[in-house]
Amino acid sequence: MKDNSPGQPEAHPVVFEALNVAKRFGPVAALSGASIQLRAGEVVALMGENGAGKSTLLKILTGDHAPSSGALLLGGREVTFRDPAHARRMGVRVVAQEPEIAPDVSVAENIYIGALRQRGRRYSRSLLEREAGQELAEHGFGSSIDPGMLGKDLTAAQRQIVEIMRALQGSPKVICFDEPTSSLGEHEVDILFRLVAELRRRRVAIAYVSHRLPEVFELADRVTVLRDGTLVGSRQTSETSSDELVRMMVGRDLSQLFERTPHQPGEPILQLDSVTTDDVHGVKLTVRRGEVVGIAGLVGAGRSELLRAIVGDIPVRSGSITYKSRPITFKSPADSIAVGIGFAPEERKAEALILERSISDNIVLTVLPKISRAGFVLARRERTIASGFISRMRIRTPSPDQLVKRLSGGNQQKVVLARWLAIAPDLLLLDEPTRGVDVGAKAEIYRIIDGLAAQGTAVIVVSSELPELMGLSDRIYVMAHGRLSSSLNRADATEERILSLALTDDAAPREPAPTSDRNEGLHND
Amino acid sequence: MTDTLIVFKQDTVAPRRSLARRTVQRIGVQNLSLVIAIVVLVAVIGVQNPLFFGLDNMRVIGQAVAISGLLAVVQTIVIILGALDISVGSLAGLCSVVSAMVFTAAGPLVGVAAAMLVGVICGLINGCIIVFGRVNSVIATLATLAAYRGVADLISNGSAQGYTGSDPFFIFIARGSLLGIPTLIWILILISALVYVFLRFTSWGRNVYAVGGNGVASRLAGININRYIVGVFVVTGLVASIAGVLITARTGSGQPVSGSAGLELQAVTAAALGGAALKGGKGSVIGTLLAVVLLGVLSNGLTLLNVNSFWQDVATGGVLVLAVVIQQLRSGERRIGLPS
Repeated sequence: MKDNSPGQPEAHPVVFEALNVAKRFGPVAALSGASIQLRAGEVVALMGENGAGKSTLLKILTGDHAPSSGALLLGGREVTFRDPAHARRMGVRVVAQEPEIAPDVSVAENIYIGALRQRGRRYSRSLLEREAGQELAEHGFGSSIDPGMLGKDLTAAQRQIVEIMRALQGSPKVICFDEPTSSLGEHEVDILFRLVAELRRRRVAIAYVSHRLPEVFELADRVTVLRDGTLVGSRQTSETSSDELVRMMVGRDLSQLFERTPHQPGEPILQLDSVTTDDVHGVKLTVRRGEVVGIAGLVGAGRSELLRAIVGDIPVRSGSITYKSRPITFKSPADSIAVGIGFAPEERKAEALILERSISDNIVLTVLPKISRAGFVLARRERTIASGFISRMRIRTPSPDQLVKRLSGGNQQKVVLARWLAIAPDLLLLDEPTRGVDVGAKAEIYRIIDGLAAQGTAVIVVSSELPELMGLSDRIYVMAHGRLSSSLNRADATEERILSLALTDDAAPREPAPTSDRNEGLHND
Repeated sequence: MTDTLIVFKQDTVAPRRSLARRTVQRIGVQNLSLVIAIVVLVAVIGVQNPLFFGLDNMRVIGQAVAISGLLAVVQTIVIILGALDISVGSLAGLCSVVSAMVFTAAGPLVGVAAAMLVGVICGLINGCIIVFGRVNSVIATLATLAAYRGVADLISNGSAQGYTGSDPFFIFIARGSLLGIPTLIWILILISALVYVFLRFTSWGRNVYAVGGNGVASRLAGININRYIVGVFVVTGLVASIAGVLITARTGSGQPVSGSAGLELQAVTAAALGGAALKGGKGSVIGTLLAVVLLGVLSNGLTLLNVNSFWQDVATGGVLVLAVVIQQLRSGERRIGLPS
C-alpha cells in the first residue's frame, strides 16, 4: 500500500508544522509542549491513551483551540487560526469522531453545508443531490449512502461518511482524522483506507488518530506517541512493532494486555428461536452460563437491534425467547433487569450515562430500590457499593462524587459496566464495550468480562474489532442484513471466515427504519 | 500485576483543595452568588430606608413570596425533569374558585379537599397529554393554561366567588401565625422541606434527576419514565391547588384570574435564577428558595424606596437576564448559535 518511501525531505516537504505547542485549561496542562510535522503525501498516526493529549493537539492543529504557547507553521509561514472555519479555508480539514450533522436536511446539503452550489441564481436541491451522488460514488461510498437521506436517519457510519466528504471539499492541504474507524464497519473501513491511500497520492498531508494498532501499521508512514500531554517519541512504522508502541503508550507489554482464562460453559441460559423484529430476521442463538459469545458484523447489520430486542427495548414481532428454561417476553428493559439481564448500549454518553450526575449516582441507578428503605436511599450502602466498584474496576477519580462528565472515555465505560455488575447479572449484553477507550482501559475491561464468565455469567459482546472478538469469545456469531449465521467455535474463527460471512450478498447496509417516536419520555420536537 | 499502572496514574489525581475552596464547592457557586446578591441588596436598601429591617417588613416579604415560592419550588422538579409547566398560575386560579365555591356549600375542609382533587386531575391531564399525546410540555401546558382559566371563568361567571373572610380556618391561613411566623410562610417551609427531602434523599428523587439528565439511559436502566413524568405533573397540580387555596384565604374569596395571573412566570423565573437548567437534570430547592427570597427582597425594597411599580417588573427581568448570562458565561459555553 505504501508505494513511496517516506522520510526524504525533498520528496515530502513539510506542509504543516506545530512547534512546541502547549495548552492549559486553568491549572491543568492538557498538552505541555508537543511538536509534530505533517508532510505532503505522508500519513502520520497519532497514538496515546485517552487523556494523553491527542484530541487537544488535533484541536490546536485545526483551529478549535488556540495554543497557550508555541506556534503553527503552514507552508513555512506562521499562522494563527481564529476558528475552525478559518483553518478550513486555509486548507486544514478535520474529520471529527462524532460529526455534527444537521438532522432535517439531506446528506447532499450536509456535505456542501456552508458552500451550497447554485445553478445560475437558483438553488437546486436535485442538482445538489446528483452532484453529491456522483462525488460519493467517485470515492467508493456510492452504495453506502443515498444523498437524499435526511441527516437524522443516518447511522453512525453514514454520518462519518458525510464528515469525510465534507473534508474533501475544495482542495485540502492537510486532513486530520480523529478515530474515523471507531464507528465504521469493516466494509466502510476498507473504503476509507483506499481513500486515505488516494489522498496520499494526491500529496495531502494526513494526521490520523487511532486506537487500533493494525490499522496504524496498514496506513501510516510514521507514528507519533503522546503520553500525559507530552511527546513520547516518533517512529517510522516500518521500524517499530505493536509491542513497542503499546509500551510507549502505557509503559507495559502487549502480552500483559489480556490473558484469557479457560471457561467451562454450563447449561444454556438464553435461547432465541426465529426472533424477528423490524430490523432482525429469524435469529436463532444460544448462550450458556459462563460463556462469552461474540457477535460480529458490519455496522447496520442489526447487531444493536438484536440486543435491544432481547432486553425488551424494541418489540419482537415473532419468534420465541427462552431465558433460564422459561419462555419470556419482556415489555421493557425493567422486566429484563428484574430477572438479571444487563445491557450496556453502544452510545455511552447518549444512552448510558447521566453526565451531570456523580459516579456514585450513575453506578447505583439500577439498584436504587434495593438500597432504599421506604424510598430513602441508604447513604452508607450506596457509598459501599460505589467505592467498591471504583476500586475493583480501577476507575480513576478523586472521589465517588465526581461528575461523570469529567471522566475520560475509558473510566466512563467502567462506570457503565459497574452499573450493570451492581445487579449481579446472570446475562450481560455489551454493545461495543471498548469503543473510544484507550489501550490500558481496554485491557481492564477485557479482564472484567473474562472474570465474569469465569464466575458463570453469560456474556454477549457485540464488537466491530475482530481481534477483540476473537480474543474474548468462546463462540462467534456473524450478523449480516439482520440475519445471524450459525456460530463459529473459537478454534474455527479466523478473520477471513468472519469477514466473508459478514459480507454475504456483498450489499451495503440499507438505510435503517426511521426511529418511531414511542409513547415514552418527553417529546421535544 | 498492574500496580505499576496505578502508581503511574496517581499524579493525575487532583491536588488537595484548600478549606475555603472546598466549602465553596459544597455550597455551590450558584447558591453563594445568590446569597451575596441578597446581602448586597439588603445592605443597599437598608441604608436608604431603615424600616426595611423591621420584623414586620420581614413578615410582609415572606407572605408576599409564599404563593409564588410554592409554585417555584414545585416548578424546580418539573424543570429538573427537563419539562416546563406554565399552566400552574391558571390552575391555581381554578382551584381558588373551586375551594371557595365548595366551601360555601360544605365548609372549609371539604373546600380544600375539592380544590386538591381538581389540582390532581388537572395535573394528570397535563402529564397524559405530554406523554401519550406526544406534545412538548410548553405547548401542552400553554394550551391547558388557557383551558383551565376558561373553566375557572365559566364556573365563576368571571367574578369572585364565595366569602371566606370570616371563616376561622381561612383567617388562620391568611393572617395567623405559629411561633411568631406567619402560617403562609410555614406552608412554604413545609412544602419546600418535603420537596428537598424527596429530591435529595429518596430513590424517586434520584430517578427524577436521571430521567431529566438522560431519558434513554434511564429507560435502559429500568426506570419507568412515563410514570415519573405523569407523577411529577400530578404533584405540580396538587401544589398549584394549595397555592389556589392560599389565594382564596388571602383575598377572602375565590379568584378566577386576579391573584394568580403571572404566577407561572414568577415560578419559572425563580427556578431558573436558582440554577435549574432548562434542558433538565440540574437544579435544587435551596437555589430556588434563595432566588425566591432575592426576588421578594428586590420587589419589597423598590416599594419601600418609592420606585414606580412598573420599574419593578423591569428590575425583575433585568435580574433574571443578568443571572442567566453570568451562569452561562461561567459554564464556558462558546458564543456560537443558539445556546444549548
